[in-house]
Amino acid sequence: MNSNPTSSTAADSYADLVARKRVIVACGTGGVGKTTMAAATAVAAAQSGRRAVVVTIDPAKRLADALGIDRLGNTPTEIDGAWPGTVGAMMLDTKSTFDDVVTRHATSSEQTEHIFNNRFYVNVSTELPGTQDYMAVEKLNELHFSGEWDLVVVDTPPTRDALAFFEAPKLLTRLLDNTIYKLLISPHPGVLRAVNRAAGGVVRRLSRVVGAEVVDDAIEFFQAFQGMEEGFKQRADETLALLASDETAFVLVASPRNDTISEALYFLKRLADANLSVHAVVINRILAAMSTSAEEAAQLHARLDQGPLAGAAQALLDHVNTAAGDGDRIAQLMAYVPDATLTTVPLMPSDVHDIPMLSRIAELLAQDAR
Amino acid sequence: MDPGQFFASSRILIVAGKGGVGKTAASATLALAAARTGLTVLVVEVAGRLDSAPMFGVDPQGYDEQTVYHASSTGPIRCRSITPDAALVDWLSNHGFTRIVRRMSRSGLLEIVATATPGIKELLVLGQIKHLEQSRVADLIIVDAPAAGHALNFLRAPVAVRNTARTGVLRRQATEALEMLKDSERCRALLVTIAEETPIKELVETAFAVEDEVGLALGPVVVNSVLGAIDTLDESLDRDRLDVAGSGDGLTSDQLDDLVTAASFRRDRMALQVDQLDSLAQQLPLAQIRLPHLFTTSIGLAELKRLADAADRSIEEITVPGD
Repeated sequence: MNSNPTSSTAADSYADLVARKRVIVACGTGGVGKTTMAAATAVAAAQSGRRAVVVTIDPAKRLADALGIDRLGNTPTEIDGAWPGTVGAMMLDTKSTFDDVVTRHATSSEQTEHIFNNRFYVNVSTELPGTQDYMAVEKLNELHFSGEWDLVVVDTPPTRDALAFFEAPKLLTRLLDNTIYKLLISPHPGVLRAVNRAAGGVVRRLSRVVGAEVVDDAIEFFQAFQGMEEGFKQRADETLALLASDETAFVLVASPRNDTISEALYFLKRLADANLSVHAVVINRILAAMSTSAEEAAQLHARLDQGPLAGAAQALLDHVNTAAGDGDRIAQLMAYVPDATLTTVPLMPSDVHDIPMLSRIAELLAQDAR
Repeated sequence: MDPGQFFASSRILIVAGKGGVGKTAASATLALAAARTGLTVLVVEVAGRLDSAPMFGVDPQGYDEQTVYHASSTGPIRCRSITPDAALVDWLSNHGFTRIVRRMSRSGLLEIVATATPGIKELLVLGQIKHLEQSRVADLIIVDAPAAGHALNFLRAPVAVRNTARTGVLRRQATEALEMLKDSERCRALLVTIAEETPIKELVETAFAVEDEVGLALGPVVVNSVLGAIDTLDESLDRDRLDVAGSGDGLTSDQLDDLVTAASFRRDRMALQVDQLDSLAQQLPLAQIRLPHLFTTSIGLAELKRLADAADRSIEEITVPGD
């Protein structure tokens, strides 16, 4: 890594992002502490005096307890802490966020009712891959435009597919755009009739294999959504514009382990293919740097084998062997995103589950000056 | 329990767990341990990542079946991939949609079918595994379950499909898959975790849900990446005392600092691990197969052998009720 300060002026530091951006999206694969980093980012913003809110997805119980959030409510709760700004935190409730979205776009309460009772809708609003991302983006949009927050930090569902989040706002419009269903729900006379009959044949065959009720529910779903497509399309465009704007930053969270670095590389490649990039990389759970080299540690281990320091020598050898190559792996990752700022957070001796520890990580995030 | 008896007690082991807990390494370890008892083993990768072959020191050759390991004293280990997307396409092709399945995919109809029947893809993967089991392609099939999302979604798929599809061919598929999952002589699930809070919480939830909702028999929990105890680490190490006592003879100040830092860090992590393992044992009264944390950056055949040795030791410690 380059220590020459003049070479890295292009990238905003993490502190800059926290102080200036309106939206920060924490992305990456699971198991790397993404939720913790998202929460710490909101705390860092509050430490610099901003009003920040974090939307978490399935946080560990003790972290959720520390943040004072639970599944009830689906709205932010303010967390008390020794900071000049404000921190709000909430846990995303996918189903009720989806219900809110439908209610907002529906033309009548009958339409809302009809949709809520449809089994296909229940599947879409709870189990469809991408629904969680979609609702995270919806919540982001809602909180951002509420005007109550200077910064909205969003945790994302763990995924291998880097684009899931960017494709999420179009999830419903993509379903509603489906040509076959357009033909099915609006039978026009004339040329379309032949096409329609063909589609009808496919549907009859599908009914035989997947079950008629399943197909009926799906058709009913599309009928129920008639007239709402335009509203959803506008909302998706608005959200995508916000994500693409200068107000939004994307942060990739990873750990230095070999397998998570390869996952992170795969993630960045997918983003690069779509001409998207991240503004910051946070490498979490990094082991403390030692001045002892791997060879030196092996020698010490051999030399101290029988003495009182044998255990410590073993611990040191294990430590440097685990950390060996961390720097190379991180450099390999950063080569993909030369404009992004790099921040590292050490592996803590215990899980992060209280506000003081979260504040400590927030300070580490904001102070790391390349 | 003798490893031979352990691996012969059901024909399918589903290895499931949250992403990042080392499920693929656990599957490969169990495959090697099983092959060493003389069984022929087929590893089925569901995540579409082809990560198993490199652990046996072999380049992956796409999604087709390949032999990844065959020593003179062991049964052969073969490896193949079945992805959920491909399973849906295959199944529709076999049910009268051969000519239009590609068009269905392009037009988004496949996505609608998958949305209308949550769990269909996972169910169809289980269907293919059932077919492999019934054709007796191997003595033991080890399934490396998908990492994406909750492990439960895969194991619960037949129940989910049965709740939506009340008629049709698909319902029969779901019923047959459920019969397979409920029969402990055919199928057991081994849940994998690491000794950390979040994966343990998810594992415990999954364990209760699969037993209650699916009726799937659970084998021992596999705990990956367990830090080994260091006997001489318990006595407290104090930098000042070391200097005074002169036990750091010939060591530089930096070396002493590093030794003290590494020792105290390891002690803290060990204490955390003990807490987590206790909490796991308390919440879930299942035997544990503990695999050691290896202080290496990647897993190859040498590492797999060490892990398989550790698995054998854990299995030998399992007591069989009624014996």
